[in-house]
Amino acid sequence: MIDGDPCSIIENEFVKPGKGQAFCRVKLRNLKSGKVYERTYKSGESVEAADVMDTEMQFLYSDGEQWHFMEPTSFEQHAVSETAMADTVKWLKGQEECLVTLWDGVPLSVSAPNFVELAVSDTDPGVRGDTSGGGGKPATLETGAVVRVPLFVNIEDVLKVDTRTGEYVSRVKK
Amino acid sequence: MRCDDWRPTAPIDNIRLRAALLAKTRQFFAARDVLEVETPLLSVATVSDPHLQSFVTRYSGPALPADTPLYLQTSPEAAMKRLLASGSGSIYQICKAFRDGECGARHNPEFTLLEWYRVGFDHFTLMAEVEALVKALLDLDCEFERMSYQAIFAHYLGLDPHRASLDDLIRCAKDRGISTGLKDIEMRRDDWLNLLMSHLIEPHLGQTVPLFIYDYPASQAALAKVRPGEVALAERFELYITGIELANGYHELCDDDEFLRRFEQDTLPRKNDGHLAPGVNHRLSAALEAGLPESAGVALGFDRLLMLAAGCDSISEVVIFTVANA
Repeated sequence: MIDGDPCSIIENEFVKPGKGQAFCRVKLRNLKSGKVYERTYKSGESVEAADVMDTEMQFLYSDGEQWHFMEPTSFEQHAVSETAMADTVKWLKGQEECLVTLWDGVPLSVSAPNFVELAVSDTDPGVRGDTSGGGGKPATLETGAVVRVPLFVNIEDVLKVDTRTGEYVSRVKK
Repeated sequence: MRCDDWRPTAPIDNIRLRAALLAKTRQFFAARDVLEVETPLLSVATVSDPHLQSFVTRYSGPALPADTPLYLQTSPEAAMKRLLASGSGSIYQICKAFRDGECGARHNPEFTLLEWYRVGFDHFTLMAEVEALVKALLDLDCEFERMSYQAIFAHYLGLDPHRASLDDLIRCAKDRGISTGLKDIEMRRDDWLNLLMSHLIEPHLGQTVPLFIYDYPASQAALAKVRPGEVALAERFELYITGIELANGYHELCDDDEFLRRFEQDTLPRKNDGHLAPGVNHRLSAALEAGLPESAGVALGFDRLLMLAAGCDSISEVVIFTVANA
């Protein structure tokens, strides 16, 4: 909680002069506004923890302005704003189980499943015989996400992608 | 659970590079007739510096009372000074040092220090020797720059670090976009100087050629001599290369009364911060009373030197296992 708003830590850099006070230079994302800013804390200083709850929910659909999720047990639906969706948007096509962070009942952020399987909608033609994975090329997936893939990947191939790193994992057999 | 972090974090080339630079370092000191020594890592005494946290462990067995707390050294300074006072002459040591809580791209709580003491040197003659060693180890041929702490603050922030008020320092930080979560009252004047130094100055230091900063505020003297004057200055230096603090040296304090006064000064804020406040190191105090020869000493972060030699951004690339997977 920073100035009354829940924030998540994006980066934490430990800074310490040899003979001086240690600091943590923290990069934070305000989960309500989506704004990113930097704060410096004395190492060991404590900050109030936000009272948030992570809930597993299924992604239903997007109406262009909001993304709609459903709790699988209660069937309760939640609408998530574009700010809260942030980069997660580019991994979702529908039906995925996502982790939705609620603060005071309001969705603050959504994490995509660690791995998603998506079809390639555009990439340079595949190079036959090249299975080394060396080099690579960009590929656009059906959700619009762009990932680096090995040269042998073709349009319409389905790929397994790690959403935490944005990296290609493997090709999925159809 | 499957364990997938058993491999070294450092590539084999960097492990070989460490071995090569250690050999070169030993040649350097052998050629200058400086004696390699080894002192204990564990001691009943530890440092009083308010910003260093020691690890503590316990010993039960002969020679000491049961369950005696023993500290892992934060540097070999105390033991090496006792050796100097006993008439060893110039000495160096390559050893592990331990500092609780320090972990990041340039820190690991267990790290390698190269520390050496030169009898008859002052901080300027020692700077010249540090320069010769670092040039040899990093294959550099440029002249290192030298600037005083005062000149550095004037150059980058337009501030006089010795005369600016606490308010001036706080305003300078705020004006330059440093947003702190700190209650200002908890920060002492030196803490603000360190904040300005680490956030606004350090990243620029030694970017073109390596840079020595010397003559620190007397309040940051640690165990360096303080030279009286209109503004009293600590005869201390640090070496920066591409924004990385590599070495910290002193023209050594020899006065045992002054040593005890500084110990008292250090202990007070530690108690206020709720940290462990260690007892005075009586054996070091006795050694200083017996007489430390006029000398200068320096500690150089060997892992950071390797980072510079290998051109990497993280200490994990030069340390075989960091604390996260040791």
